[in-house]
Amino acid sequence: MIKNFWENLTINQKLAITAWVFLAIPIIFYVTIRFYPTYEAFYVSFMKWNLLGAKKYIGFKNYIRIYNDEDFWIVLWNTIKYAIIGVPVSLLISFTVAYYLNEIKFGHQTIRAFYFIPFLTTAIAMAWVWRWFYQPMPIGYFNIMLSWVGIPQQPFLKSIEQGLYAIMAPAVWAGLGFQIVIFIAGIRAIPKSHFEAAEIDGAGRIQILKEIILPALKPTTIFLVVISTIGFLRIFDQVYSMSEDSAGGPLNATKPLVLMIYEYAFDMYKLGRASALTVILFLLLFTVSILQLWFMRKQK
Amino acid sequence: MKKIKLFLFSIFGSIFILSSIVSNAVEIEYWQYTYKARVEAVDKLIANFEKANPGITIKHTNFPYADYRKKVAIAISSGDGPDLVQLYYGWLNDYRDSGLIQPLPKDAFSHSKIESDFFKMVSSMKVDGEYWGLPTAVRSLALFYNNDLLKEAGLSGPPETLDDLVDYAKKLTKRDASGNMIQEGLAFDGGIGQTHHFWREVLVRHYGGQPYSDDGQKITYNNDAGVKALTYLTDFEKTHKTTSNGFMNRGQDGFAAGKVGLYIDGSFRISKFVKAEGLNFSISELPGHNGTRYNFSSFWANALSSKAKGEKKEAAAKFLAYLTSDEAMQIWLDTVGELPAKPSVALVDANKQHELYGPFIRGLDYATATTFISEKPQRQSVVDAYDMVVLQGMSPKDALAKVAKKEQELLDDFFGN
Repeated sequence: MIKNFWENLTINQKLAITAWVFLAIPIIFYVTIRFYPTYEAFYVSFMKWNLLGAKKYIGFKNYIRIYNDEDFWIVLWNTIKYAIIGVPVSLLISFTVAYYLNEIKFGHQTIRAFYFIPFLTTAIAMAWVWRWFYQPMPIGYFNIMLSWVGIPQQPFLKSIEQGLYAIMAPAVWAGLGFQIVIFIAGIRAIPKSHFEAAEIDGAGRIQILKEIILPALKPTTIFLVVISTIGFLRIFDQVYSMSEDSAGGPLNATKPLVLMIYEYAFDMYKLGRASALTVILFLLLFTVSILQLWFMRKQK
Repeated sequence: MKKIKLFLFSIFGSIFILSSIVSNAVEIEYWQYTYKARVEAVDKLIANFEKANPGITIKHTNFPYADYRKKVAIAISSGDGPDLVQLYYGWLNDYRDSGLIQPLPKDAFSHSKIESDFFKMVSSMKVDGEYWGLPTAVRSLALFYNNDLLKEAGLSGPPETLDDLVDYAKKLTKRDASGNMIQEGLAFDGGIGQTHHFWREVLVRHYGGQPYSDDGQKITYNNDAGVKALTYLTDFEKTHKTTSNGFMNRGQDGFAAGKVGLYIDGSFRISKFVKAEGLNFSISELPGHNGTRYNFSSFWANALSSKAKGEKKEAAAKFLAYLTSDEAMQIWLDTVGELPAKPSVALVDANKQHELYGPFIRGLDYATATTFISEKPQRQSVVDAYDMVVLQGMSPKDALAKVAKKEQELLDDFFGN
């Protein structure tokens, strides 16, 4: 019967079926590994659940408690700060490095590799090394260096004001390698004729940069903005490893949303509240991505 | 070649079948977190126990502390995991509430015997008229001090009162020409480590309060006693400047490196300091105040998991009885350095006068174990209060009011109020 069915199909139909059979694998994967858990998160966000017992429906109570929790607003603002400061700073540095790196021939590969290595290193190991850099005297590198030039010791990770930036620094540093490589590829993709034409017309370096390179790199830049914004909004490893007791302190000054989700889920076993926070993070990421894509489309 | 394979196969096959017939034994699983000395001690105890009880074998599993609670919960609820499990006493309510453990059988563990044999803080394992676990060892706090640094500062003997402690800390602090701390008088890790216990069960009580109501449902530290205790604690860093949170990473690291004069911790830290090269230290009881002393005690208990049933439950109960025997307690003290949970074993002269354990054991006499519902967030209140005062310049009164409100919500949530 199946054989009959198959033989009665046209070649186009057969091709379509074959294609769908292959496509089914990633679709099934996405549905079970991505969509189903996402759906579960929405569902659990309306429940009270401690991971073991039965789930109890409590309506919007999780969301209401989050709204009334002043820590949530601190944490949300921290998360946004990681992104709105981390993204421009990292893009500015990586573009500058890429721009100059593209101009040199000698040692180009080696230097590029140096920038890329942090991207390959595990975030946890790197965060711990930086944590030691930030220690007070007599063991912290940064404070020892500051003392050489006569600047007083800084508390870095122990400070409410400096903590967030101290954790952001290695996160920016780790992302540079990837961004530089993408920028260099973008610059190299600009047709040589553009530069030659500009030179013939007598354009200076700054003009070439402003009129040719930057406009040509717009898609690259927008891609990197989207990717690294999402990355910074989901920051976790660095904070978990660098803040005292992995608590995102002092006084929640460095805690991002993902760490708060982790604490509710796996320290306090309030899966409902954690899921509600996940939904909020999802909506945040979704909005940011849509806005950026819309912006990109408008630019075309 | 084929023949050899077949031959080997049949030999292994018959060994496998034979062994499963012969060792008709009950196998139970014991779980604890990975800590070298504890693992060694349990291995030793298992060997002794298996020798005495040929019908029972015990599989000992241990894994990092960080994932402990999570793995235990997931394993037991899926019907796997331990029959006998170690848990921190502060997690009792949490484990009980999640149905991970079952009460100890009354016939094997009579309540009157437990109450007459064990130290009184073990009563915190009794909830709803049932005992849910028993410890092999208990812990208390004491003051570690660096003999060389004390001598250099012209001090002899340990500080005896809270006022002495301030005075000593000041004399033991050293700074370089530009004011950077190069030697810390008294190390606290800003609420982390044992500091929050010291604040709750020692300082708050010295100033006339108690941290929680007797049933553990209400916060009672948000008053004058609590404020005085927090002021005393934070003044070391804020006013006396004898303490700097994070100096040499943690207090224990600074003390091991010989850069810290005074440090408060539990007996489990002895093994680290004994190994520290060039460190000449002694231990004394925690300083008193107005002629009284207080201490904090805590322990890890062994509990029957809800998974243990029938003959496995019987075997697990038998092993638990051995784990809480006098013999096991002495082995634990000698291997791990934690104190026996029964006065009859702990309070013998050899232990009481022991140069290193003595102060801890004497401290057990006046120690209290806090009833936690969940230790981590409750510790966070002390850490936050400390940071609010030291980093934000908030008054101890406002800081306490703020964290107390949040912690009370946590308690209300748990007790369903």
